[in-house]
Amino acid sequence: MAGKPRLHYYNGRGRMDTIQWLLEAAGVEYEEQFIESKEDLEKLKKDGALLFQQVPMVEMDGMKMVQSRAILNYIAAKYNLCGKDLKEKALMDMYIEGMMDLGEMIMHHPFKPADAKEKDLALIIEKATTRYFPVFEKVLKDHGQDYLVGNKFSRADVQLLEVILMTEEEVKPDILSKFPLLKVYKGRISNIPMIKKFLQPGSARKPPMDEKQFADAIKIFY
Amino acid sequence: MAGKPKLYYFDGRGKMEPIRWLLAAAGVEFEEELLETREQYEKLLQDGDLLFQQVPMVEIDGMKMVQTRAILRYIAAKHNLYGKDLKEQALIDMYVEGTTDLMGLILMYPFLSPEDKEKQLATIIDKATKRYFPVYEKVLKDHGQDFLVGNQFSWADVHLIESILMVEEKSCDVLSEFPQLQAFKARISNIPNIKKFLEPGSQRKPVPDDKYVETVRRVLQAYYVVKAT
Repeated sequence: MAGKPRLHYYNGRGRMDTIQWLLEAAGVEYEEQFIESKEDLEKLKKDGALLFQQVPMVEMDGMKMVQSRAILNYIAAKYNLCGKDLKEKALMDMYIEGMMDLGEMIMHHPFKPADAKEKDLALIIEKATTRYFPVFEKVLKDHGQDYLVGNKFSRADVQLLEVILMTEEEVKPDILSKFPLLKVYKGRISNIPMIKKFLQPGSARKPPMDEKQFADAIKIFY
Repeated sequence: MAGKPKLYYFDGRGKMEPIRWLLAAAGVEFEEELLETREQYEKLLQDGDLLFQQVPMVEIDGMKMVQTRAILRYIAAKHNLYGKDLKEQALIDMYVEGTTDLMGLILMYPFLSPEDKEKQLATIIDKATKRYFPVYEKVLKDHGQDFLVGNQFSWADVHLIESILMVEEKSCDVLSEFPQLQAFKARISNIPNIKKFLEPGSQRKPVPDDKYVETVRRVLQAYYVVKAT
């Protein structure tokens, strides 16, 4: 049997965050190999470990997987977190892609030039509160169920909680003020044992981007 | 039975083109509503047809699907173009994400200023020939099969040939160091559904021009400056 999955990334959220959340929600133990310098990254490239010379890379089941979505799709399918038929998968994919678009804006924000940061933050808040969160609030309202799709816990729920917390922590703490169902939902999903464990101090969860992480990212990737 | 899928987008490639390619490859006939005016777009918004207020949108099997990848994954799975097991699906996903990144560099090209266009062109050729094409060349060389994954025609093959043709439009001899890809291109182009799609009169859209850029900006009222990433 293959060993635990091994995650290759720098010690920060970035594009590995969603993957980490999904593994935790699935109850999968994993190891992390942190890239700490440009040399570490160069070594991975020279060893031919990075298909497109990029991270995230996850060693799993005999594969060196790259590309976040490929990795996420594989984990979700393997651990039955992706819906019971094509139509449920389609709904999940739509929701998740929307969440990823919002997550992408938040992820890029620290790297914006200083004179563009304020406008960018306003744009993120606008999109979160008028484009993305209203959709998920309505989904929950319309079916009245506990989970986003198919009345069952899935990757869509993991990713929505992740994006809610990311927005609260990195953009605006009261972002859910106009979304009562999402507030209840957040509490509910946070209480699922695997998730609850991940949210406790001492877990492998990464903190929001701080100055050290920012400096590391620049040093390694730019 | 549901009618043909209906595609809602501008009269051009953009993010809808890979969807057109995949439907064509799967032999699925489709209709298109081409967005030419702001009013058409606002009507879609008012009717609540666009989940995240964006196009592409595809009406298919009773759903109004949005988000390019969600639509592509659905079509691929429905038409058996997504591999036979999880590991093949993983390979297809990795390869498709690579060609998506490559085509993403070309997607924004028409919207750039002339100076940025020049820089971006150099980036496109550089990434195509150093990061992306070598990967697919090696995949084909290593297993010696006709198709990228599982010895069977899949979404990955459709996406790769689309990206090859797009890069060639920017630099016609870009495949000169890639003999496997040259043979692959010829081979895939000859598959009946693909051959038909490559013929004049098909629903394949041409290289974007200024008229296309103007239409997108007008319909979306997106007049901001686009910078290359």
